[in-house]
Amino acid sequence: MLQVILDHYNYWIAIFLMMVGFYTVVARGNLVKKLVGLNIFQTSVFLLYISMGKVTGGTAPILDDRFQVYSNPIPHVLILTAIVVGVATTALGLGLVVRIRESYGTIEEDELDLADGET
Amino acid sequence: MIITLIDIILLTFMGATAFAILRLRSLFAVVMLSGIYSLLAASMFVSLDAVDVAFTEAAVGAGISTVLMMAVLALTGERERLPARTPILPLVVVTLTGAALFYATFEMPAFGDANAPVNLHVAPHYLKNSFAEVGLPNVVTSILASYRGYDTLGEVTVIFTAGVAVMLLLGGRKGDDAGIKREPADDAGNADSGDDDDRDTRGGAA
Amino acid sequence: MRHHRVLRIISKLLIPFIMLFALYVQFHGDFGPGGGFQAGVIFASAFILYGLIFGLENVRKVAPPAVVTRLIAAGVLLYAGTGYAGLFGGGNFLDYSVLRADPVAGQHLGIMVIEFGVGTTVAATMITIFFLFAGRDR
Repeated sequence: MLQVILDHYNYWIAIFLMMVGFYTVVARGNLVKKLVGLNIFQTSVFLLYISMGKVTGGTAPILDDRFQVYSNPIPHVLILTAIVVGVATTALGLGLVVRIRESYGTIEEDELDLADGET
Repeated sequence: MIITLIDIILLTFMGATAFAILRLRSLFAVVMLSGIYSLLAASMFVSLDAVDVAFTEAAVGAGISTVLMMAVLALTGERERLPARTPILPLVVVTLTGAALFYATFEMPAFGDANAPVNLHVAPHYLKNSFAEVGLPNVVTSILASYRGYDTLGEVTVIFTAGVAVMLLLGGRKGDDAGIKREPADDAGNADSGDDDDRDTRGGAA
Repeated sequence: MRHHRVLRIISKLLIPFIMLFALYVQFHGDFGPGGGFQAGVIFASAFILYGLIFGLENVRKVAPPAVVTRLIAAGVLLYAGTGYAGLFGGGNFLDYSVLRADPVAGQHLGIMVIEFGVGTTVAATMITIFFLFAGRDR
């Protein structure tokens, strides 16, 4: 039982974080809060990838004669670039939020719907 | 054993921080907590041997992201309004999705398994041959810049594009460019400029 | 924040070290953790710190927006240009082995150049984004 928990704890937390982020995106009306939720979602995916690449007893994939076992470097590469792309897209989202605020005077989703006559 | 304990504590902290972000109404506190969340994630990545990723997450997530969010809060205000109704449907969707994913984890290889499929395909080749082929001790850099250089070129282009897009959105002075502000008037063909009074009447009409 | 003497002096002391650290991360990324992405962000954070403490108009004098925006494109062009250099050297696109007589030396050179391109683009993008958000009038 303990072994099952230890084997899957990373995945479970990744799923919990993903769902918290997902819920923040769909259920919260504030656009900045939505972007923070999106970041949490994103980090949960990072965590899932990196957890899958971990090898027990391994070390960071920087080659040295003293070590034999290394963790899988491929997820690291994928996630490394994803983080920087993530902040670039977050900046784009925040730029949109600033423009929406300037045009509508609010960043709450229901007030924006009201302003657009979509209720 | 001690590493496992550290892992579990860090992961639990991450979960708690994320939940606090969901619950809090003050956006200032939310942004600060998201910085803490990134720092916890970075610590977790160190413990999972992903030192390059941890470095990036600490610099980007805890540094630049927080600064940008603060700058936006200064422009937009820092209180979140309470939603008008309790959202039941999102909660149901999230619970069902979470349950399905939770069920799926039992098919995943155990954490730290050296024989997991993900660790068997090209990674051994990189770890074994990259020093002879590329000559760098840091395998992550070898893959990033050489084996998958094409990928990274794409990523740099994405960053370039995001920078250009933010320039387009925020580059002009407030209100004097052909931006979002004047588009509804052009489309609808009336003089409705979208300031406060007009919005109320339009909302009422709908 | 120009009136806070402690912040002013500490940040003045820190900024050179932040930049030096960014350069270390940039060029030591082949051997330890680091590389263009991280170095770019750290380098940009030095400018952002300067901007936060001494005001936007002062940091705009140090890093003129016209220059910084051109650097965004310059980094991508440097990266793609290295790819074409491999192509003209008789290899594939982004094949650095042909840049030098010794393939491993060529790889090393190619990686250093493209990491520099990545660092330039990331740093310039982050600085530009900060300028745009901080310079927005309320």
